[in-house]
Amino acid sequence: MTHHHDEDNGDGISRRHALECMIWAGTGVLWTISGGVPVSLNLLGAAQAAEAMSTGFTFLQISDSHIGFDKAANPHAIDTLKEAMGKIQALPQKPAFMIHTGDITHLSKPAQFDNAAQIIGGAGFDVHYVPGEHDLIDDGNGQAYLERYGKGTKGAGWYSFDQNGVHFVALVNVVNLKAGGLGNLGAEQLAWLADDLKAVSASTPVVVFAHIPLWAVYPEWGWGTDDAAQALGLLKRFGSVTVLNGHIHQIMQKVEGNVTFHTARSTAFPQPAPGTAAAPGPMTVPAGRLRGLLGTSRVTVSQGTHDLAIVDTTLAQA
Amino acid sequence: MICIRLPARHMAAILTAFSVTMATSQPLLAANGPMVKIENFAFTPPVLTVKPGTTVTFTNDDDIPHLVVANDASFRSKALDTGDSYEFTFTKAGDFAYFCGLHPHMQGKITVAP
Repeated sequence: MTHHHDEDNGDGISRRHALECMIWAGTGVLWTISGGVPVSLNLLGAAQAAEAMSTGFTFLQISDSHIGFDKAANPHAIDTLKEAMGKIQALPQKPAFMIHTGDITHLSKPAQFDNAAQIIGGAGFDVHYVPGEHDLIDDGNGQAYLERYGKGTKGAGWYSFDQNGVHFVALVNVVNLKAGGLGNLGAEQLAWLADDLKAVSASTPVVVFAHIPLWAVYPEWGWGTDDAAQALGLLKRFGSVTVLNGHIHQIMQKVEGNVTFHTARSTAFPQPAPGTAAAPGPMTVPAGRLRGLLGTSRVTVSQGTHDLAIVDTTLAQA
Repeated sequence: MICIRLPARHMAAILTAFSVTMATSQPLLAANGPMVKIENFAFTPPVLTVKPGTTVTFTNDDDIPHLVVANDASFRSKALDTGDSYEFTFTKAGDFAYFCGLHPHMQGKITVAP
């Protein structure tokens, strides 16, 4: 284990130890993860999280809206996206911007992209997108997505930007998938990433987002990315790295060294926990339970401490 | 595979009837031809053996779209929504491995042999 004493953040605590990911799960339980061990916090922890919310800058993650999906698991995916956006608009503290971690549409049809843009764009936030595999199945193999969201991006739609001292990297791992493989970043994107990170100092918090998880959640169902290790290798020197993904329609989290991994819920339909069903397809639950399994994630960056607090909220919550 | 032993004279009668049927029917229509079902994120059967010239129909029974792509890029479907089908006629002998272009852990193989 390496300690980064040179990265003291001023209060005598090394960044490695200060890096905590507080996750307020749908039930209202607050978790903190330190050194890879999740610990449930009491109300004092909740108060700390609340303070982080009030002093930090917040962005919001939405994922897997699957506009156009109308099967049994949720015949009205368009309505649950509207509900999610309504809750975001009603937040007392407005997020600085939103990210969408892919599968905006179900079938990449123009009307589906139009509906999604209208509902998500209607809230008035800047939204940074990455595509899911469902967004690239138009006849042009992804042209429809790039025409709408590809402006200023490289390759299949990857890019980076800086906001409030945090470096954000948007990666695409849903193109050129290989037989028997998982998600794929590819050599061109990895070379770009290496170049992009060159100018970023090791003390800058980095947030990476992509559709398919960048860690092996469950390779048997394709829930992982083949060449993620190369991307994570490039991120090793940074004191605080947060990786946000979608694709699996449920919350999963892991901490490995200075990297916190977190997946968001879908706003459209839930999928089964790894290995608990014959296949990873849409999971049909009793109608009253659906909204408790859909939701969004809010991420707060506290200036100075580099703590990123992640609060997951379901559509069922008030 | 079910194997039923029949007396030789019964077998001869069946073979005759089969030959007559073959001779009078139209070339195999895809709808009657071999099928690969896509269900629960898997191709069924995972390996299918056909004769050259056979049209194979891939049908998606999942609530999620799938896309049939040959490993050697010799064929590629559009995205198949629930209930959609894709047909491909295998003219050359050989093994044709394929996968789902959206969920590449899904794999299958068509063996074309005379």
